[in-house]
Amino acid sequence: MSDPVLDVKHLSTSFFTDDGEVKAVRDVSLQLYPGETLGIVGESGCGKSVTAMSVLGLVQRPGRVVAGEILFKGRDLLKVPSDELRQVRGRDIAMIFQDPLSSMNPVLRVGFQIDEAMYAHDKIPKEQVHSRDVELLKQVRVPDAVNRLRDYPHQFSGGMRQRAMIAMGLSNKPQILIADEPTTALDVTVQAQILELLRDLNQQLGTSIILITHNLGVVAGLCTRVIVMYAGEIVEEGPVEQIFEHPQHPYTWSLLRSLPRIDANRKDRLRSIEGLPPDLIDPPPGCEFSPRCPFRIERCFSEDPDLAEVAPRQHAACWVTMDRAYAEMNAGSITDTRPGAASGVRPPKDLEPSAAETAETAMQSEPEPVGADEQA
Amino acid sequence: MATTVISPDTDVVTEYAGGTLAREQVSLWRDGLRRLRRNKLAVIAMVFLVLLALETVVSLFWTPYDPNLVGACPTYAFPSAQHLMGCDDLGRDELSRVMVGTQVSLAVGLATAFVVLVVGVLVGLIAGYLRGWIDALISLIINIFYGVPPILPAIALYVLLGRSVQNIIIAISATAWMDMARLVRGQALSIREREYVEAARSSGSKTRKILFTHVFPNALGPIIVQATFSIPIAILTAAFLTFLGFGVPPPQADWGGIASEGLQSLQAGFDPYILLFPSIAISLTLLAFNFFGDGLRDAFDPRQKR
Repeated sequence: MSDPVLDVKHLSTSFFTDDGEVKAVRDVSLQLYPGETLGIVGESGCGKSVTAMSVLGLVQRPGRVVAGEILFKGRDLLKVPSDELRQVRGRDIAMIFQDPLSSMNPVLRVGFQIDEAMYAHDKIPKEQVHSRDVELLKQVRVPDAVNRLRDYPHQFSGGMRQRAMIAMGLSNKPQILIADEPTTALDVTVQAQILELLRDLNQQLGTSIILITHNLGVVAGLCTRVIVMYAGEIVEEGPVEQIFEHPQHPYTWSLLRSLPRIDANRKDRLRSIEGLPPDLIDPPPGCEFSPRCPFRIERCFSEDPDLAEVAPRQHAACWVTMDRAYAEMNAGSITDTRPGAASGVRPPKDLEPSAAETAETAMQSEPEPVGADEQA
Repeated sequence: MATTVISPDTDVVTEYAGGTLAREQVSLWRDGLRRLRRNKLAVIAMVFLVLLALETVVSLFWTPYDPNLVGACPTYAFPSAQHLMGCDDLGRDELSRVMVGTQVSLAVGLATAFVVLVVGVLVGLIAGYLRGWIDALISLIINIFYGVPPILPAIALYVLLGRSVQNIIIAISATAWMDMARLVRGQALSIREREYVEAARSSGSKTRKILFTHVFPNALGPIIVQATFSIPIAILTAAFLTFLGFGVPPPQADWGGIASEGLQSLQAGFDPYILLFPSIAISLTLLAFNFFGDGLRDAFDPRQKR
């Protein structure tokens, strides 16, 4: 495989709030290869967006990148002067946001805003800007492009606005497009159109795409490789088919399991992951997922696992991994996914507060003693 | 979203091959003017202000009598066909003096509004968008002066600089920009967190460009209103200064000065009309500016599109 266009090494970003340092992103390393579509998935607040913002140097006070390197074309973006970084934004690395309505300035015409993205850089000659914006709108399949350029954003529908945002992002022919939940604010049919558009653009223009989403379906449809984040860390990474068919991290497994299924019995409850993501000011000492993990072992409470190869090109940060969970803990047939339910491991004494919490959530569901599913 | 009325002066509605009906294109200004026209109070205020402006221009070249001619008519003459507003204590024609007084009021009001607009908006944008120490410093200055009645620094400065219309403008502007800066700072603080500002930064726009194409236009509604309201405030302050005896040097006529003279004649037991006419002029002008400002806000804020 060729050299990555973007190589993020051991990135850590924190927000220094009055309550303490919120370690929003911890030791994240990722590579993006030319023409690749990389998905980053995880729950709200797991650090997906902060990772993207860190790449573009857009993390605002009180947040700050505290460690790591972001190598783009051999240069560390964390070290280049701010004006050079500004030149990289939009020209080499473009970003589109979740809510296309609030991402557009309501008082400026759509055409003006697309032009602005090009005028900000000298990549597109000034005299070509006007012809290019028509071309761009056509490329993102906005009908009647010439007239639509004179519209204000409120005259566009949600899907159209997102198309216009994508046009803006592509205007300077960037090498990387970071899409931060681009379909979340759109309805399902429009979502599909936007994803299809992104896929086509990726194939036609060869733009590498980083797709940030919490929607696993979106990842499955568009991405070739996926990174799963939890509590500011990468917990699993690999080719999309492998991750979907053989997830090795219990968190990925739980995420996939909690997808609503259309063929499920109507009376079945929707499956969720018990508990809440950890407090990032004071993360648990061992594995971050251990307070919620059904397959945890004692080691998980004291030692934080690193990413390790679990299959060809697939890495997971877990002491157990699902292969072992299937083999030893009956993961294939368990119904009780409360923390420690499958392994029967309770947290050590000094972590009791979180144990009390889990007991509370347990009380609300079936009154079954923790560890009943432990295999004989 | 409003279905726009198709009026003859807009672009022709065109049918497009894909089947979508292309809507007429209405510019922000045309759209706003249309909405302004629907607001009766604002229209009345606007008409009044246009007449006032015309009257000011006329007064530069012609008044019924020389406003400073002593003995144009008997002192304290009651309003009559020859002297519509009567005469003052020195026998000067009141109507001529009120007409000329408009010059000072409008000059002070507009010039102050201009200074407020330029300085206040610039300072407010910088403080609100950049934050940090610069914001702390600007806010500190504004907060210090917030505790002081604006008339005090105005008088102090005015006494220092000497009496002239130009110095009234400087004295009033010296504190008047702070209200605007405060307002714009607040707007900038909230707008800088909007996603489109984030999007502009992520597309590599320069700070100056973001300030003037994204932050400023989105704060334009409140800025217009504040600027329009700063005109009557300046007029009132100027009139008040002259009323107190710090204003334009006599014999130059000015509404505040005439009112001051009128008050003296009232205290001396003469008819109240000398006080009445400049007061009516001030009140109507202030009302007109206020209604007009309100109308402008309703018309030109794109987020209130109906």
